[in-house]
Amino acid sequence: MNNPSDATTGLPAFENHSKQVVKTTTCYMCACRCGIKVTLEDNQVRFIQGNRDHPVNKGVLCAKGNAGIMKQQSPAKLTQPLLRKPGTERGAGEFEPISWDAALQMLGKRLKHIRETDPQQLAFFTGRDQMQALTGFWASQFGTVNWAAHGGFCSVNMAAGGLYSVGQSFWEFGEPDWDNAKYFMMWGVAEDHASNPIKIGLEKLKRNGAKFVAVNPVRTGYQAIADEWVGIKPGTDGLLALSFVHVLLKNDQFDWDFLTRYTNGTQLVIDAPGTSKDGMLYRDADDELLAVDLDTDSFKPWSDVSAKPALFGEYTGANGEKLKTVMTELAEKYLDEQYAPENVAAETGISAETIERLALEMAHVAFQESIVIDTPWTDWAGRKHDQFIGRPVAMHAMRGISAHSNGFQTCRAIHLVQVLLGAIDSPGSHLAKPPFPRHIAPPVKPAKPQGPNTPLKSPPLGFPMAPEDLVIDDDGEPLRIDKAYSWEAPIANHGMMHMVISNAVKGDPYTIDTLMLFMANMSWNSSMNTAEVQEMLRTKGEDGEYKIPFIVTSDAFHSEMVNYSDLVLPDTTYLERFDTISILDRPISEPHAVCDSIRQPIIEIDRDVRPWQEVLIELGTELGFPALTKEDGSAKFKGYEDFIVNWEKSPGIGFLAGFRGTQGEKSLVGEPNPNQWQDYIDNGCFFQQDLPPEHRYYRFANKSYLEWAASVGFNAHDGPIVMELYSEVVQKFRLAGQGLYDGPQPKHETDKQRLIKYFDPLPFWYQPIEESRVDNEEYTFHAVNQRPMFMYHSWDSQNSWLRQIMAQNYLYMNRAKGVSMGIEDMSWVWLESHNGKVRCQVKLMEGCNPDTVWTWNAIGKQSGAWGLDKDAPESTRGFLMNHLISELLPAQDGERSLTNSDPVTGQAAWYDLKVKITPAKLGETGVYPTFDTIKPLPGMSDSPDTLRYATHEPVNLVRSIKDTLTKGGL
Amino acid sequence: MKLGLVIDLDTCVGCHACAVACKQWNTSGTTGPLSDYEPYGKEPSGVWFNRIRHYEVDEYPHNKTINTPMSCMHCDDAACVTVCPTGASYKREEDGIVLVDQSKCMGCNLCAWACPYGARELDQEQGVMKKCTLCVDRIYDVNLPKEDRQPACVLTCPTSARFFGDFDDPNSEVSTLVRERGGYAMMPEVGYNPVNKYLPPRERPTAPQATKTAETNGSADASTKTQSLLGKWLQKQKSAFDSLGER
Repeated sequence: MNNPSDATTGLPAFENHSKQVVKTTTCYMCACRCGIKVTLEDNQVRFIQGNRDHPVNKGVLCAKGNAGIMKQQSPAKLTQPLLRKPGTERGAGEFEPISWDAALQMLGKRLKHIRETDPQQLAFFTGRDQMQALTGFWASQFGTVNWAAHGGFCSVNMAAGGLYSVGQSFWEFGEPDWDNAKYFMMWGVAEDHASNPIKIGLEKLKRNGAKFVAVNPVRTGYQAIADEWVGIKPGTDGLLALSFVHVLLKNDQFDWDFLTRYTNGTQLVIDAPGTSKDGMLYRDADDELLAVDLDTDSFKPWSDVSAKPALFGEYTGANGEKLKTVMTELAEKYLDEQYAPENVAAETGISAETIERLALEMAHVAFQESIVIDTPWTDWAGRKHDQFIGRPVAMHAMRGISAHSNGFQTCRAIHLVQVLLGAIDSPGSHLAKPPFPRHIAPPVKPAKPQGPNTPLKSPPLGFPMAPEDLVIDDDGEPLRIDKAYSWEAPIANHGMMHMVISNAVKGDPYTIDTLMLFMANMSWNSSMNTAEVQEMLRTKGEDGEYKIPFIVTSDAFHSEMVNYSDLVLPDTTYLERFDTISILDRPISEPHAVCDSIRQPIIEIDRDVRPWQEVLIELGTELGFPALTKEDGSAKFKGYEDFIVNWEKSPGIGFLAGFRGTQGEKSLVGEPNPNQWQDYIDNGCFFQQDLPPEHRYYRFANKSYLEWAASVGFNAHDGPIVMELYSEVVQKFRLAGQGLYDGPQPKHETDKQRLIKYFDPLPFWYQPIEESRVDNEEYTFHAVNQRPMFMYHSWDSQNSWLRQIMAQNYLYMNRAKGVSMGIEDMSWVWLESHNGKVRCQVKLMEGCNPDTVWTWNAIGKQSGAWGLDKDAPESTRGFLMNHLISELLPAQDGERSLTNSDPVTGQAAWYDLKVKITPAKLGETGVYPTFDTIKPLPGMSDSPDTLRYATHEPVNLVRSIKDTLTKGGL
Repeated sequence: MKLGLVIDLDTCVGCHACAVACKQWNTSGTTGPLSDYEPYGKEPSGVWFNRIRHYEVDEYPHNKTINTPMSCMHCDDAACVTVCPTGASYKREEDGIVLVDQSKCMGCNLCAWACPYGARELDQEQGVMKKCTLCVDRIYDVNLPKEDRQPACVLTCPTSARFFGDFDDPNSEVSTLVRERGGYAMMPEVGYNPVNKYLPPRERPTAPQATKTAETNGSADASTKTQSLLGKWLQKQKSAFDSLGER
């Protein structure tokens, strides 16, 4: 084919466009969900680029997204269903092919029996998937509460901390107003939540001259371009945030109007120690929350718009109750000298001068550099405003805060700083993303077990508002296998996947029959205590049966977990299937647009694999789920695609919000549209509905927005979303611990003490729990880890292009510190914790807090997994920190074993780790511990020694003879 | 025309997106494939036209991290072209792009030795030299949407740290950026007059602070100070609503 440009450029036609087709879909190289355009040539991927029209990435694409071709080319792709060979041991890696029919029959029979007898005998846990609305629906229809995704070991502290404080959170529920922020503080490691949007945003900030402050023990990644790096000690961020609060209060730098109108700062806390009223908020006989009206000096409902509520003061209630406004409680707490910069400097590693300066810089931006957007709006009380007033201080925090046992309260402390500055959903600050903000907390309660063959009454995961909502039995013992929503982790809103194997093998709280995993590498980098977890998976009872009798894994690749499975159901890659990225799930909305998206098959499947969502619908139909079958037992839906189009959560609301109505003419709410998939495809595989200007800010109190949000099902009602500086929900649990709650109370002393200590209704800081239990004279270093930007959430590693950037992780430490200990660059060291030891190789660097060591996580692999050669550096020199981290806290006398997690949310406390370092002896090199090499699977092709990927023969550009003769030094 | 790149070190976060986009486009491009050796083995490596280097400058706690993407600079006085014994390496008259005619290259490596930027990549499988083509097979392809006629690295950069354009045009984006942001050439002292330019990190003025109003009376104890503040706020709230008007 001639390129029309020939005439003008004299260039050959490099590409044969007539053989190429361009299709849109959604990336799945990580959790960011960018829109992509895929150029195909002969059913092979020529090029993947960002979709310029897409709301998430606006045309750009990260290193992972650009490496999609090599995911498709991976030799680790599973090719057919596999069964552990009868007579071989689990983990030995001996598999034989099994047909899909036989595999599903075997699984269906087992699940049918479980569902008919005790549905909780199935534990269904999913990893980093983006179809939790579907898998949660499936578990709920099956009738097992033992379902969750990976949030419990990822970022539940952020979700819970946000949703119980400000009705939104970071990443999927809210993001910095990149266009208008003048000051941005990023707390902790946050390189992929979300990948491209943060990068796009950072560039805007820099271009606009905003200041970027990075609070992080390590200066890598985004921190490289920060204007100021604050090299904090791990786990002390909450103390820093509360010291900011101290400085702001002390210098009268808080948004009085904002606190009065939009928070519970004017509500009244009852001071009645020893009674069930203590710490509860003051209400009238109709259960209305009260505030003091300054005009009449009387109590009036908080919602009474005619009142002028007092933000400060101590009052006496109608029956003599001692009352203080929330703001008074708060001021008294944080003005205490324990939060003064000079008193937190040593603990945080940040100088008092720096702490005070940062707080005052933020205050300056919030109150002296306020911005206004001239759009009239009306607040929930009917007050008309001419403009949106912006406090252009933005923040972002994610795993660095989340993965500590004090993460919930730390997250709340960060939100408290934002609220004091008026920097929530105001222009330039932290904006909610629809369907957020939501009321505190969203009105979904965690499900409790029902009987056999009975769906749950709600999704397995929800939002407890009181001890009554715990998922415990009459004796107060956990009903979930992971002990989420028990006294040990009452607000475990994402479940506690990291405890499932350990609990099930111990039979604590009970044993299970079948563990079904999707995209979760629980025998390797997604588990704490990896070597012992592998041992647990091999453990048998006296009857000779495995403690976990049956393990089913669905994955697209040969992971370490596949090796420990009894039945392997091979999934497709993201380029081979239909998929939905739903608002019912983890939304991809932008602050000013409601969005969702789909995937469509780009490449024809060339192996005997099936999309997991198809398998789930088929299995559920076979099992007779009421939502999937008619009364005669026949299927309601023809498969996944049909299910997505026609299933309705409530009338007019389904998985996809766009192109609803019989002609695709309706949005958000509307009848099923038979052409919905095609309408999405025609629109670039996404749906975007922009919000009108008057709906873009102050949405927690924006009357018109709230009415609209309720009308489209985002919220249950159109009342204001009142931000909770003081959490009465948290206080209820504390009362239960004190034995004062009018309702369920824990009976174990350990639980009581934990509730009393950690359930402070106002954010507070405490030393991470593991750190408080180990000998810090011996284990002097904090140890944390992160994923590199080019691999974060990219779970098919090792991708052959990305592993060329990194195939071995090192232990990084502060150079001067290393030198002072006689540790040389590139030397091998022993890294030891209370739980075990690893041998790894050191790199010294400047940008590291001297009391901290760190590494890149999940680079280390078990030999033979992921299509890698047995001598790949990932398994000979790369290491996992996981071996050092126990899923249980160091034991204490008189206490049952406790999860190494946040005591409020059950969030896995990966970053609480303390370690010691000693140089390895001469000749001690290579990683420790080592593992057996995993055998290749039947049907897998050998990994190539060289790769020469191209979709067509190259068209060389020939240098002309004339040019050669006249130039080029001849 | 003098085509080349401007790279903004103020916003480059070192994410490697540009490097992988380059690899992806060019492995099926005019000088593809870009071979990978031991892609799943002991020492994985391969042909890349664009590599990201990470440096730390200064010592803790004043350390900074600089990410520097490095690819062919398309030098005005390209030594790689001068030393090429077969005439395979050349600089295009029309736009200044330095290319290797794959049919003339014998893989002798002289150009790689001559290049101080490490921009030349020998494809060991094929025995020929390869390098950044500035996506010559994209930028003139009128079958691509106009906004896509840019090098793959520029298209993909998530922090918009990469710019492509004509340095001969004083009004082009690249010329303007270099002028306004103090763009500079990498290692000008070696004398090859690189076309590509780098923008230095922006200097930020010191951030102003809110006025400190806290009582500095060191003799009062903390609770006295707290009560004094609370007293002040109790007074203030009597008039607070006067300013809380409708707006």
